[in-house]
Amino acid sequence: MNRPLPEDPMIRSLIAQAKRAQMSRRAMLAGTGAGATALALAACTPAGTTELTPAEDNSANDPTLNWANWPFYIDEDDEGNYPTLLRFEEQTGIDVTYLVDVDDNNSYFAKVRDQLALGQDIGADTVCLTDWMVNRFIQLGYTQELNKGNIPNAANLVPSLQNPQFDPGRVHSLPWQGGFAGVCYNTEETAEVRSVSDLWRPDLAGRVGVLSEMRDTIGVIMLENGVDISGDFTADEFNAALDIFREKVESGQIRNVRGNAYTEDLVNGDTLAAICWSGDITVLNAEAGYEKWKFLLPEGGATLWNDNFIIPIGSTRKTNAETLINYYYEPEVAAEVAAWVNYITPVNGAKEAAIAIDPVLAENQLIFPNEETLAQSRIFRGLTAQEENEYQAAFQAILLGA
Amino acid sequence: MAFTAFSGPATAAAEPAARRRSPIALFLLLPGIFYLVLFFVTPLISLVITSLQAPDPLIFGQYVNAFNWQNYVTVLETYWPQAIRSGGYAALATLFALLIGFPLAYFIGITLRPYPLIQSLALVLVIAPFFISFLLRTLAWKQIFSTEGPVVGLLSAIGAMPAGSSITGTDFAVVFGLTYNFIPFMVLPIYATLVSLDLRLLEASNDLYGSPATTFRTVTLPLSAAGVMSGTLLTFIPAAGDYINASREFLGSTETTMIGNVIEANFLVLQNFPAAAALSLILMAFILVLVAAYVKRSGTEDLL
Repeated sequence: MNRPLPEDPMIRSLIAQAKRAQMSRRAMLAGTGAGATALALAACTPAGTTELTPAEDNSANDPTLNWANWPFYIDEDDEGNYPTLLRFEEQTGIDVTYLVDVDDNNSYFAKVRDQLALGQDIGADTVCLTDWMVNRFIQLGYTQELNKGNIPNAANLVPSLQNPQFDPGRVHSLPWQGGFAGVCYNTEETAEVRSVSDLWRPDLAGRVGVLSEMRDTIGVIMLENGVDISGDFTADEFNAALDIFREKVESGQIRNVRGNAYTEDLVNGDTLAAICWSGDITVLNAEAGYEKWKFLLPEGGATLWNDNFIIPIGSTRKTNAETLINYYYEPEVAAEVAAWVNYITPVNGAKEAAIAIDPVLAENQLIFPNEETLAQSRIFRGLTAQEENEYQAAFQAILLGA
Repeated sequence: MAFTAFSGPATAAAEPAARRRSPIALFLLLPGIFYLVLFFVTPLISLVITSLQAPDPLIFGQYVNAFNWQNYVTVLETYWPQAIRSGGYAALATLFALLIGFPLAYFIGITLRPYPLIQSLALVLVIAPFFISFLLRTLAWKQIFSTEGPVVGLLSAIGAMPAGSSITGTDFAVVFGLTYNFIPFMVLPIYATLVSLDLRLLEASNDLYGSPATTFRTVTLPLSAAGVMSGTLLTFIPAAGDYINASREFLGSTETTMIGNVIEANFLVLQNFPAAAALSLILMAFILVLVAAYVKRSGTEDLL
């Protein structure tokens, strides 16, 4: 049947067109089928929320646990093992997988929200997230209630953290570590920076860094304005701080707005002063070998944040997670972790235990703040969904130059 | 894949004979079709659905299916400067990559042809940066351009720049980063066309009294058009959607935000998924239209 085509180019093109038409009919049928399948698949995305029920606890038969946490946030030895965690495994026989999965509250939430909305396991039986994100988890019903019977050591929690606005009585969460956001400056290159207003000095023009974490940057500016960020501040008070921030970004006084990478800017000299986190400066100075940077709680006040253990709604190993939390609330264990991570431990008695490790450590106000230091700091209050939406959008608009 | 859409009629009409369509061919295509449906068509439909969703009035970060086409209007109204900036940066980066990449490809493909060993070495040098992570290389530039770094130090020493001024966070830094990161994508396709260029054609042009410039314009350039074409597309498309170089964490600042950064912020920080989806689709449509126009205009459909 393979007959040569007629020579006439017109007929040839007619035949070619006929062939195409034939193909397109078939292609269309195939396309319709494929499209329908794709549509069906695409429709599988989770819709609306119903009341979520916690997954059944299977800890008794399943001695394993997944713990998701931030980088450099637990004691680590030279081989990359976690000594306190190894001891926990020996003591309890629970096999813990420690996942360094959280790099940012928002991006972690974006990663797991679909499973949470369906009440499914997110691959972590406990995860440490910051206060405001924990607030969102609790509001959305994405957490399981803690059984304090399994966590007798929870009694060691310092009183100042026992009744946060987002979780009175600590029903859903328990703190892991905390820290301050304050100001820091390069002691060799610039005069002392004692307050947020000092950051706006002309000699620091274009050499100031601030954090992309809204609650810390806007928080310390609000505190400088005399607003209590833990109280019921108004939108006007928030916007007043936001206006200062916008003005300083647009005028170029603020060099850049960054996440944890602000430390690089301090090191390479792009910034000489910054709004920054307490633990980082300890690490930077340790790397430099001397106190090149100085961290201060600004005169107006510092923000105090905590990262908290929560148990996601889909976890089937709740008791194991509670056993782990209980273990880290032993003062000796908490002291060992705090000595490594340089953040504030929420455990009473850890200071006394730390003296045994290193007496100098126990004097460090950024690890073991006394009443006076804590009085200089405030926790940013939980925002309603609507406030969260509005404030974040306004803050991000500045970051995006929109 | 998108290119075939534009090259359809020209090639189909030129096909000489009708080969009988065998069911086996279709059968062999199944894995490919399945793959495309699962990993391209499905996400695309999901993206379209998401882009039309409306926020749930009760729960933050939740969205309900709707036909909220105003999402597109809103994002365009809010983010048009970033969209235009992305196009501008990508166009500049493509231009610079072409200006740097073409002579380089010419040098490797034609000048070095008598020395195969050096030629392969030069080619390896073009590809070698790929062995190091894109992110690390970009971060390295950030250090080099930092205020206390060598570039600013040198420029301020010769008085070209006031001391303490900055390069990072400027338009220059972002376009530089884009150009640097995408140059290999420009060099390799051009090299591939030039390396197979018949040198006798250049000699013939020379014999016919063509000056080097004329030879280049009438012989070399048309014969390497396919490479230039693929090179510019391979550079422009990813550069327009890039969000690393312009990111505040890398070479950018709040002044240099590109559309990719806006999509990232809307998706990860603001949890505004409809806005992010709408922007992604707008970016996609914009690139598709631009590429179609480019392919049509340069009249090189059959080269793709």
